[in-house]
Amino acid sequence: MLSFVQPNIDYHALAPELVLVGALLLLLLVDLVFEDRARWATSSLAGLGLLAALIPIITLAVNGHDRSMFGGAYVVDNFALVMKAVFLLAGYVVVLMSTDYIGEGDYYEGEYYFMLLSSLFGMLIMASARDLISIFIALETLSIPAYLLAGWRKRDLKGNEASLKYYLLGVFASAVMLYGMSLIFGVTGSTVLTDIRDGLGSGESVPIITVGILFVVIGFAFKVSAVPFHTWAPDTYEGAPTPITAFLSVASKAAGFVALLELVFIAFEGHEEVWKPLFWILAAITMTVGNLIALRQTNVVRMLAYSSVAQAGYMLAPFAIAGDLSGGNVGAIKAVVTYLIIYAAMNLGAFAVVIAVARKTRSAELSSFGGLFEYAPGLAVLLAAFVFALAGIPPLGGWYAKLAILNVLIDASTPWATVLAVVVAVNSVIALFYYASVAREMLMRPVADGDRTPVTIPASLAASIGLCAVSTIAIGVAPNLIARFSDLAHFVS
Amino acid sequence: MNDFLNDWGLTLAVFLPLLGAVVMMVIPRGEEDTHKIVALVSTLLSGAVGVWLLFNFDYDHSHKLQFARNDSWIDVINSRYHIGIDGISLPLLVLSMFITILVVIYSWNHFPEPHNPKAFLALTLVLEVGMNGTFVAQDLILFFVFFELVLLPMYFMIGVWGGEQRQYAAIKFFLFTLFGSALMILSFLALYFKGGQTFDMPQLIQVAQANISHNTALWIFGGLFMGFAIKVPMFPFHTWLPDAHTQAPTQGSVILAAILLKLGTYGFIRIAIPILPEAAHTWAPWIGGLAVVGIIYGALGCLAQTDLKRLIAFSSVAHMGFVMLGIATLTPVGINAAIFGMVAHGLITGMLFFIAGSVKDRFHTLEIRRLGGLLVQAPRLGWILGFCAMASLGLPGLAGFWGEFPAILSAYSPAAGMSEALFRTYMVIASVGTVLAAGYLLWMFQRTAFGNPPEEFADHHIHDVHGPEWLAWTPMLAGIVVLGVLPGLLLNITNPAVMAAFSRI
Repeated sequence: MLSFVQPNIDYHALAPELVLVGALLLLLLVDLVFEDRARWATSSLAGLGLLAALIPIITLAVNGHDRSMFGGAYVVDNFALVMKAVFLLAGYVVVLMSTDYIGEGDYYEGEYYFMLLSSLFGMLIMASARDLISIFIALETLSIPAYLLAGWRKRDLKGNEASLKYYLLGVFASAVMLYGMSLIFGVTGSTVLTDIRDGLGSGESVPIITVGILFVVIGFAFKVSAVPFHTWAPDTYEGAPTPITAFLSVASKAAGFVALLELVFIAFEGHEEVWKPLFWILAAITMTVGNLIALRQTNVVRMLAYSSVAQAGYMLAPFAIAGDLSGGNVGAIKAVVTYLIIYAAMNLGAFAVVIAVARKTRSAELSSFGGLFEYAPGLAVLLAAFVFALAGIPPLGGWYAKLAILNVLIDASTPWATVLAVVVAVNSVIALFYYASVAREMLMRPVADGDRTPVTIPASLAASIGLCAVSTIAIGVAPNLIARFSDLAHFVS
Repeated sequence: MNDFLNDWGLTLAVFLPLLGAVVMMVIPRGEEDTHKIVALVSTLLSGAVGVWLLFNFDYDHSHKLQFARNDSWIDVINSRYHIGIDGISLPLLVLSMFITILVVIYSWNHFPEPHNPKAFLALTLVLEVGMNGTFVAQDLILFFVFFELVLLPMYFMIGVWGGEQRQYAAIKFFLFTLFGSALMILSFLALYFKGGQTFDMPQLIQVAQANISHNTALWIFGGLFMGFAIKVPMFPFHTWLPDAHTQAPTQGSVILAAILLKLGTYGFIRIAIPILPEAAHTWAPWIGGLAVVGIIYGALGCLAQTDLKRLIAFSSVAHMGFVMLGIATLTPVGINAAIFGMVAHGLITGMLFFIAGSVKDRFHTLEIRRLGGLLVQAPRLGWILGFCAMASLGLPGLAGFWGEFPAILSAYSPAAGMSEALFRTYMVIASVGTVLAAGYLLWMFQRTAFGNPPEEFADHHIHDVHGPEWLAWTPMLAGIVVLGVLPGLLLNITNPAVMAAFSRI
């Protein structure tokens, strides 16, 4: 009979998660005990908790051992560490962006940060999960708080729509994905990714494996808002509080990509004939449709929503060329991680400036940005820098992200990969048009309503903008800064 | 001292303007004079380094890369901070520094609406970084970054300080060039993977040809062609140019004409042809064909223009056609002519745009029909316009001649293996182009400068050329004459480098 064996727990490896859980419990307690008197402290606590969780990540990185627990279901390797650091830093920037936004609005504050940290906790697990069940648990841990956060503007109809849409489609996607996972488990008899890889073997796929893989991939295609599974994203992004929009479009999307990388490049590695064409199509239509619809947007948040759909398309592209790279699939993983890191800096920055401007204009309509340069030149220049970074114009960070993607596509040197590279190139030209329209509005159009009162920017928001701006520009000038980290980001398997 | 120059000279020349721009960021917007001084000083410093380089350049070995630096930059993709200059890049680097200084001087009291010298000059400085950097880069990725660095400042310069249709013109310029460079970067990456796992230009010149199959090379060259031809611009990709030039502020037009267009032709000479000579061979007849179409089309376009600036813009299309024809012959004569043509066109057309700007300042219109009698009202301005028109149409003794005439001549005997009949046809067509050029330029000069001032301006007091204009223009006018009389000054620098790079094709 099976007897319970105490699993070997490596507390150092779990330290980031433990610190984060400690922080979020503390947050809950403080909010419970001190109620309104401690409202001001909650955001600081959340921010400090996130930074504290970074410390064990650094010690683990210095230590340098790959650690594996629970029969290979939970792994702390370089990939996990890099992604955890990205999640924590992105989370920290979101906390900075939220501080005044949430503090000044009529929002629950303690719970907000509790939810945010819970979601981040799920992401940390995701970065280490190497098992279908841990992936699923991570996904739900990060998603359920996010559904609630999306509807945090609770008296706003659009907020309710945002939350409900996100929730319903998210649950639907989870169900599809779980069904796929059950099929995979049925075939291989294991939930650990490496065992699945061995169990699935390689060569001709039987229909049940094909269906299983398709369902799992499609489940995560919802999460990363790939076309045609993107329909929730624009409405959710528009209705959610803007810091949460930034969080969803960066951290939550990155978590989806982390899961895809783990599943596709570990578990399904032997069956690329199933998922390679799928990813090719997903990537091509996601970037094209996202960009074309973004062209028509008149609201900056919706535009950034569609832009983030398109950006997901670029990140899906390296999946479509697995097996064709001179240095093995690890090149594709690195390209996606590089893109994720740079995308996080520039997209968070763009949202942070939108939040700052909306403090004055109370609107995210493109027209409300008219003449911003006249009364807030700094913000206008920074937002221009962020959108042109997203467009991939050197010397701003985005160019290196695009280059990383194109690099692997050209390296693959199959006709299909080359065609996809051309699709990426053409798309980045299309995208320039709407990114530039934001800059045009701010710098070349008259002031909206003639209202030139300056924009006041609270310190924490300014800090978040500054962090993003410095990283965006530094990465653009010296890509080595992050290339070194993304270069480490590969699995042990 | 020389060690310092060898190690840091080029880096300083490229990045000193950036330092100026950073300093300007911390100075409040209101202190306009300080901004002007900072901008002028940083361009002058960069120019001084340029002069210093000019004096220390080893002219006997102008085919060798000098003042080179090769440091690590992005290790992960094997791209390095490799810079250096030889006889091909030196003239263009100096031209770029020279023009920027003059543009800053001209700007002294010529800030277009909405004024804001801080932003305007800072953008000019960033532009200079991009232009200088492009001419010194010896690594494809570095080249790409500098090549693209000019886009944002020029976009804003046209879009913020431009004319009525500025927003349309600005985005058109941006989209066209970005489309080209998106395809160009794909070709760069293909060169890396197929050519020998390096982005280093001198190394690629050594190894790429042997490693890449002819068919692949044709495709790669196609991508490079799109990137550079749109920038030149060659017919049929030229449509962004008249709009950009017409709408850009004077300074923007000058920089665009004098330097930015040269980034494209320079790309052909520095990258596309030396790295993939065989593919260039196959492409050359087509490039030559487009070049002569551009010559004729540009000239006919000029004849149809009613706006002075638009006319000069179309004349650029024609002149760059001569440059491209010289390049398409793939002969040392043709390439030398092309480089000479690039410098000459930079000086002459830059001057013409300066004059157009000053005319616009005085008459508030550039419609040729409404102008006239410039020689009566502002004789000096009028004669300078006449002088530049003569230079532009290729009058012997002025710089324009040495760009145009040898380019036509070189088409008589293109590189071995290419159809002589075809290129001689091109030669004839191009010669017709010079006649047309004389036609449109003289006609333009006649309509704007001769006769009596039109009634609407008859009572106006028109200020003749004034201080900053003299300061900015004299060096350019002198350059046009000196290069016209002593073409050897430039050809002696370029020829050894060209011979070394192109004699093997």
